[in-house]
Amino acid sequence: MRYLSRKLGFYLVALWAALTLNFLIPRMMPGDPVEIMLAKLGQKGPVTPESREAIEAMLGTDSSRPLWAQYGDYLAGLANGDLGVSLVFFPAPVSSIIAQTLPWTIGLIGLATIISFLTGVGLGTLAGWKRGSWMDNLIPVTTMFQSVPYFWLALILLFLLGSVWPVFPLNGGYDVYNVTPGWNGPFLASVVYYGTLPALTIILSSIGGWMLGMRNMMVSTLSDDYMVTAEAKGLRSRRIMMRYAARNAVLPSISGFAISLGFVVAGSIITEAVFSYPGIGSALLQAVGGNDYALMQGILLIITLSVLGANLLVDLLYSVIDPRIRARG
Amino acid sequence: MSEPVLTIENLSVDYLVDPVVHAVRDVSLTLRRGEVLGLAGESGCGKSTLAYAIVRLLKPPAMITSGRAVFHARGGGDIDWGDLGPEDLRAARWDKISMVFQGAMNSLNPVISIRDQFEDIFTTHRPAMSRRDRRLRCGDLLESVGVDRGRLTSYPHELSGGMRQRVMIAMAMALEPQIMIMDEPTTALDVVVQREILRELTRLRDEHGFAVVFITHDLPLLLEISDRIAVMRDGAIAELGDAYQLYTQPRHDYTKQLLASFPSLTGDRGSFLRESA
Repeated sequence: MRYLSRKLGFYLVALWAALTLNFLIPRMMPGDPVEIMLAKLGQKGPVTPESREAIEAMLGTDSSRPLWAQYGDYLAGLANGDLGVSLVFFPAPVSSIIAQTLPWTIGLIGLATIISFLTGVGLGTLAGWKRGSWMDNLIPVTTMFQSVPYFWLALILLFLLGSVWPVFPLNGGYDVYNVTPGWNGPFLASVVYYGTLPALTIILSSIGGWMLGMRNMMVSTLSDDYMVTAEAKGLRSRRIMMRYAARNAVLPSISGFAISLGFVVAGSIITEAVFSYPGIGSALLQAVGGNDYALMQGILLIITLSVLGANLLVDLLYSVIDPRIRARG
Repeated sequence: MSEPVLTIENLSVDYLVDPVVHAVRDVSLTLRRGEVLGLAGESGCGKSTLAYAIVRLLKPPAMITSGRAVFHARGGGDIDWGDLGPEDLRAARWDKISMVFQGAMNSLNPVISIRDQFEDIFTTHRPAMSRRDRRLRCGDLLESVGVDRGRLTSYPHELSGGMRQRVMIAMAMALEPQIMIMDEPTTALDVVVQREILRELTRLRDEHGFAVVFITHDLPLLLEISDRIAVMRDGAIAELGDAYQLYTQPRHDYTKQLLASFPSLTGDRGSFLRESA
């Protein structure tokens, strides 16, 4: 219990630090969102000083108020789930933009990361267990995919499988013309169809690391004394492989998995840019382009929360699967 | 006592490296039911390789080049360990011959509880056993080696070295095997704990009547606990004989040399040997 509360305390402090940085960084960037908004309005007609004040109040960037007061407003707003109004997608509130885009990102990148981890670790287990078999030759191939720049791999696959042999659609999250979003079969089928190629690129580019790491840990675990004991005990080889070898060898991979889970939201930017996927990465890209403080802050907040959340989850998981950690905590 | 439980005939093991290492050369041994057979010799003389060869635990590049180990079941019927298929071999391990290993500290899986490592044995070899019986038996086994039953829920890192070795011995007795091979079981322990464990072992042997192959480089220790002793050198058995006889009238030069190399508590170096060689 003490272990748990200490962990939670640590994560609370980290959360506070992240929130504060999240508040400060956009305000240090060049460019004033109010000016941009005014310029947009100015194209349609003259702008009165009152509307300037109104915009400042709405965007929460009232430059006449001191920074600490803005900080207070910001924290109060967060507590109420109010992340402000987006500039790029005006007048939609930031929270609704995030609510729209986040499921796409989590669905695509999250699932792809999990699939990549599970297959990579699974293949690595087998490759390590049967060291020197044909499985070992798979590793250089997968690491090659990992070493080429991701956007390049994605573009090549998109070109080959979307344009040369049009097996998969070129862009988008679903077929916007023929299906209606919602929990219906055609829509979900369309989402899966459109998501396959982006997911494939993510899996291809990340599976090598999982496989190589797991294979090497398996090989070093196999030479441990307790493996001989397990064999002398007359256990079935499947049980030895899963319960004694893989169980122990997977521990480092799990902490790696935590880190990559945390980057699910952040790492989506390139994927979503290449495939024009309607996820949170595309939204962040537009927010940066349009000096949209509120949206940027909102998305960075989500990224921070997901990194912290994933790490907390794995910290707790780790203490369950490795008793040695528990004892020290 | 004279009925054999294990016969090793002309067993040879080579390590197929360059140049080839003949680790065990033409070893023939008979282990009698319920006896403690000591296997002594210096490091690298092939003691452990011989032990692993008996239960076919050798990994490449080690290879058994000739000979066989035949197990004589209690009710009659011989089992040539080398003729068993993979599944039969697996089933025979631990059930007929169990082992306690050299690396006592690392022989237990660090991330599984003691209970799970115990129950592994029963779920694999005695699938018909009920959960309740399994739990009870695990506790009984632990208590028989002087470890509290409550330790079942512990993990290996929470136990001392001596306790871990006791746990290993308890595990080795789980299926009531007729032979227990102990490969330097007390080498990593201090002399006090070593003494306790050996006393425990002798008592258990008297109760359950299993035969022990006790491998160590510690000849004085063997003299104390063994019925017979085989002295190995360069993969071959230099001398095999009754423990007392070997102590009082060593025939082979190497045995004399070994005995002479242990100091006595009170005398000069070499005075451990009673009849000066």
